[in-house]
Amino acid sequence: MAEFWMEEILKDCEEKGIPLWEYILRSECASSGQSREEALLRMSQLLSVMREAAAGGLSHPVHSTSGLTGGGAYQYHQYVQSGQSLLGPVLSDAVQMALSCSEVNAAMGRIAACPTAGSCGIVPAAVLSVGRHKGCSDEKKTESLFVATGIGMVIGEHATLAGADGGCQAECGAASAMAAAAVVYLLGGTDRQAVHGAAIALKNLLGLVCDPVCGLVEIPCIKRNGTSVSIALTAADMALAGIESYIPFDEVVTSMYAIGKALPSRLRETGRGGLAVTKTGLRMYETLYGRPMAMQG
Amino acid sequence: MKNSGYLSGSYGVFDVAGPVMVGPSSSHTAGAARLGKMARMLAHNSVRSVEFRLYGSFAQTYMGHGTDKALLAGILGFEPWDERLRESFRYAQEMGVEYSFVPCTGPSEGENVSENIHPNTVRFLITAQNGEKFDITGCSVGGGKVRIVNLNGIAVSFTGESPILVTRHYDSPGIIASITALLYQSRLNIGNMRVNRKRQSDTADMYLEIDGSVPQEIVGRIREIPGMISVILMQ
Repeated sequence: MAEFWMEEILKDCEEKGIPLWEYILRSECASSGQSREEALLRMSQLLSVMREAAAGGLSHPVHSTSGLTGGGAYQYHQYVQSGQSLLGPVLSDAVQMALSCSEVNAAMGRIAACPTAGSCGIVPAAVLSVGRHKGCSDEKKTESLFVATGIGMVIGEHATLAGADGGCQAECGAASAMAAAAVVYLLGGTDRQAVHGAAIALKNLLGLVCDPVCGLVEIPCIKRNGTSVSIALTAADMALAGIESYIPFDEVVTSMYAIGKALPSRLRETGRGGLAVTKTGLRMYETLYGRPMAMQG
Repeated sequence: MKNSGYLSGSYGVFDVAGPVMVGPSSSHTAGAARLGKMARMLAHNSVRSVEFRLYGSFAQTYMGHGTDKALLAGILGFEPWDERLRESFRYAQEMGVEYSFVPCTGPSEGENVSENIHPNTVRFLITAQNGEKFDITGCSVGGGKVRIVNLNGIAVSFTGESPILVTRHYDSPGIIASITALLYQSRLNIGNMRVNRKRQSDTADMYLEIDGSVPQEIVGRIREIPGMISVILMQ
């Protein structure tokens, strides 16, 4: 019996003559018992939550519960508004939305995890920014989220979506792959192009470690959301130009898992390696928790 | 797996997209709120005071992740996506619920927490409005998913994804048969079952994980079984 690999799914889509988003929707309805209307409604509700989170940090500075971070999305928004941004309108809008979602998350605001809370800015930013600048309907955006989710489901099935298992490549990497595929769909690319976009994005975040300062979803997570969405848009743009990933998506996923397994635990969400143990990271830890970090293992 | 002609994996669409939650962490915030809510239900939705004993990563990072606010929000009955979660301390005060947080380095003598503790574990010591005590331990196992692992001293394993029926009854023959007969009448299958007898009080606590939703009418009829002391349905 065929396994849940993207190549198998694409072949099945071609046989059935349906697009990837429709396939993922039908697969969900078949396995969960939800009706098509329920699943579509639920996804459009997620889109609404994403839209609010993507705007929440722009109108005023939002600060995290810990007090470590905040105000970046607002600051970047002011800069974009002033017309100074180096990036074009689509990408600068995406970056500010990704920062906003991530800061809203750190401030205990409401977000939609996609695939995780730590990477919650990437897919919304890509879909909402491209959707806004290219005039896509909400219906089309909702469909693009099924494309994104299909990519995430394959990564979850054959690798992992948890930083604790696979490092940041499993969170921001997976989100970036999902976002790239959604964008290709929004802009009228084929499903195969969408999957190439996902492969290109994921390849460029392979090996990214999860090293949060103080063990919190803030440093470097917030800015990584901002930069990962730019990888997603760049990968989508290449795929739309017809560039293919030499390494097929499914094989990139297998490789991501092997790389994740090879990472030492101190680089997998424990807050005991990488940026978390830099001089500044350690100082922040001591200030926040009132004691130095107990180094172990 | 091919299901009705469509391939499907172990992740559903809404495991990957979602949940909608108050940040910042699915395991440390959303999972914590869910555990609090489950503990509240297991304590008959009536909590006068609660002590939260925090273990592992919960003990280390609870303040920065808002794990404390989330656990308390759950105890107050708030959902993981309810933005009141952020201000649960204030709501607890208004609602007259007393609380304290005790970060623990490891299990002490007599703790209902095993040696191989999950990194995100909390033990709830609850006093209900009627003075009854509850001792509940749960873990947040990732992605907002949770597991209750100990209920009043008995090892259990409930994820809250299937309905849970908790009964306390006098320890006499036939009561369990009456309960399962009522469930059978509704064609409900029992997926998981634990019974624990308390010799001092001649009572037994039973925990049933049910495949499918349990109608309130059945709960009412279980409550009427002679010898039944209490029935809680969590779904």
